Amino acid sequence: MSQPRNIGLAHGAGGLLTDRLVRDIFLRHLGNPLLDRLGDSALLPGALLGAAAAPPGLAFTTDGFVVSPRRFPGGDLGSLAVNGTVNDLAVAGALPRFLSLSVILEEGLALEELDELVCSLARAAREAGVQVVTGDTKVVGRGAGDGAFFVTAGIGPLRPGVPELLPTPQPGDGILVSGPVGDHGATILALRSAIDPGPGLRSDCAAVTPLVDALFAQGIYPAFLRDPTRGGLSSTLSELAGSSGMTLRLQEEALPVRREVEAVSDLLGVDCLHLACEGRVVAVVPAAQVQAALAAWHGLPAGAGAALIGWIDRQEGGAARVLLQTRMGGLRVVDRPAAQPLPRIC
Amino acid sequence: MTKSVQQLADGRTSQRDPRLVRGLAEALARRDPGRKLRFMHVCGTHEHEISRYGLRRLLPPWLEVIAGPGCPVCVCPVSELDLGAQLGLQGKAIVATFGDLERVPARLSLAEVRAQGADVRVVTSAAGAATLARSLPGRQVVFLAVGFETTACTTAAVALADPPPNLSFVLSHRLVPPALEALLSHPALALDGFLLPGHVCTVQGTEEYAPLALSKGLKMAVAGFEPADVLDGLLALVDRVIADRPGVDNCYTRSVRTSGNTAARAFVARVFTPLDAPWRGLGTIPRSGLAFTEEFAHLDATSRFGLTPDRSLDVPDRACRCDEILLGLRTPAGCPLFGRACTPEHPHGPCMVSLEGTCAAWYRHPPEPAELPAARHDDGGQR
Amino acid sequence: MCLAIPMRLVSREGNKGIAEVGGVRTEVRLDLVEVEVGQSLIVHAGFAIQVLDEDDASERLELLRQIAGLVDEASP
Repeated sequence: MSQPRNIGLAHGAGGLLTDRLVRDIFLRHLGNPLLDRLGDSALLPGALLGAAAAPPGLAFTTDGFVVSPRRFPGGDLGSLAVNGTVNDLAVAGALPRFLSLSVILEEGLALEELDELVCSLARAAREAGVQVVTGDTKVVGRGAGDGAFFVTAGIGPLRPGVPELLPTPQPGDGILVSGPVGDHGATILALRSAIDPGPGLRSDCAAVTPLVDALFAQGIYPAFLRDPTRGGLSSTLSELAGSSGMTLRLQEEALPVRREVEAVSDLLGVDCLHLACEGRVVAVVPAAQVQAALAAWHGLPAGAGAALIGWIDRQEGGAARVLLQTRMGGLRVVDRPAAQPLPRIC
Repeated sequence: MTKSVQQLADGRTSQRDPRLVRGLAEALARRDPGRKLRFMHVCGTHEHEISRYGLRRLLPPWLEVIAGPGCPVCVCPVSELDLGAQLGLQGKAIVATFGDLERVPARLSLAEVRAQGADVRVVTSAAGAATLARSLPGRQVVFLAVGFETTACTTAAVALADPPPNLSFVLSHRLVPPALEALLSHPALALDGFLLPGHVCTVQGTEEYAPLALSKGLKMAVAGFEPADVLDGLLALVDRVIADRPGVDNCYTRSVRTSGNTAARAFVARVFTPLDAPWRGLGTIPRSGLAFTEEFAHLDATSRFGLTPDRSLDVPDRACRCDEILLGLRTPAGCPLFGRACTPEHPHGPCMVSLEGTCAAWYRHPPEPAELPAARHDDGGQR
Repeated sequence: MCLAIPMRLVSREGNKGIAEVGGVRTEVRLDLVEVEVGQSLIVHAGFAIQVLDEDDASERLELLRQIAGLVDEASP
């Protein structure tokens, strides 16, 4: 039988072709003693979850990845799947350890592309210090899926020493971001709008664990810690205002934005605060810890562009808003996007 | 002194220089005329930029800038949006649209009909619709052509550049001067000047506006869209008001020539002819829309597919007060529909459809009592 | 209405060109303008609608800087 070059329905049937697909692509790139057993479940010995003592708890997350185009400057569906999952665990204060990977493949997807995506996924997993320990493959008919969907779950122990109850945001707390915003969203939007990103625009897709590590190592436990993905910085900060009842004040002058991201935003008429990041952290820390936090981040390549972008203003309950002082000295309210950013002419 | 092209085109840093902008705002404040002034702009992008930079906070307390009917997407009548939706739902064509239109509520928005199975695709240009049609020769593609004069010339260019046979257009372009004239005929109008849209004028020039300004004693200034450009235009308007000198200033000379872009205007004149057209929330304005000339009539989607717009969808709600809100005669709070029958999810008129529309902005962020403009005709909705 | 931004034309072929702003590039249609590579364009909905007059831009900027009282400071 000649080797197929594309995914066919038979690959999802659970028989010989499925077996071969799993071994030739997934095990070849991701293989580890836990995954290699190919059990229905991965059996995780207690010792693997934490240090000798039982961890304070486990963080457990799930995510789905449907990005189009599947490959972009700075990453692809594979690296995005790993880093997106890892980052959800990291900002929860956990040490990312194990991932599950469920892939839903459309009939017709080129095996060569799948191989590249999984290779990239494996590389991202190694860099993030996580293992894929269990997985599943399904195939849907041509037209029923957008090439490939990756669905993950991730688990990791909470770090010992992370306070069980985190502080609540207080007036005067600083709002920090670990680097320029909107890189990922601008890259994807550019590619979908026939804009050539050029050498300067790429996704920031990366694991943020080192950024979180750097804060905790200084004894800094932020009142709020998130990776601003879908919906961009505006969504994340709107969530902060909503959950804390605190109005936030941002300084546009202090907001790190690459000129390429600003250009894409201007060209398409979208707000760069609405564009996703995939390798950044937003943190709220007491004023007294701001300098130490920034210094910790500036010491890492991933944190080179870290900045203090604003502060927590005051308690306003249901009326809490995110306010931005513009470069011109004006003031506006930052809204979360109503839907995904679309190019406009008007 | 000449700035490098890179500096001018690249970051527009010069017109966005905060020191320049603040300096201009201070210069504006020093020109205090001793009474309150109200200017109107008629450009969605002007409102967007004013909001984005929070420029109203920099304006002196005696100056108010209000948003007129400047958003062609928001004034696109429901009947024309609905045409696109019907074509998509009936599977007769791929509907190609600017992103702005996708979520505008109509009987069904384009996003909703896509969810129901219509093939709706966002393009960033009429040329993109043509490229799409060429790539799919076996399918019909209909482009929803909205926009003022700035965009109409791009539709005309595509019509003149040998468009593929499977491409047609639902025309929904609108013209600014007829809308201005319609506004000016409102008996209660109290405006001191107009900021004119810099990119409409890039295409059209200023020739259409000078006679209007002089015959009606109006003060007008064509302004670009960077913060310094907006203040430039406002300074010119205040100077004209103080001198009581009607006329048009061109403050966007780097882009606007008196006769505009003559090639673009010639394209439009060949491809289109004006006709009376409905505006969402404002009723029909004479000679404010465009239809294909006979030479290009074969590109019209309504005749190609045997559909006519259902104008019953355009009858303005008698209670809708958009026309008065656009003129600054009424605040949203003074409209009986505001926040009840009319919300961003179920808008009636353009003031609520546009994210920057007066009503949409008010709904999302009700102004503080101290921020409310003075003396209005709010009468609980009585006409 | 009318989101349009200045871009620099970096190459052209017939009625199409590649224009650049802020390090990113996109195709633009040149049917409506007469322009040479290296000049700046005002681009709306994928079409160049005018050639930007750089000299005029500098002059006006200088005028505005004077009005704003910045005439003694170095330009950005």
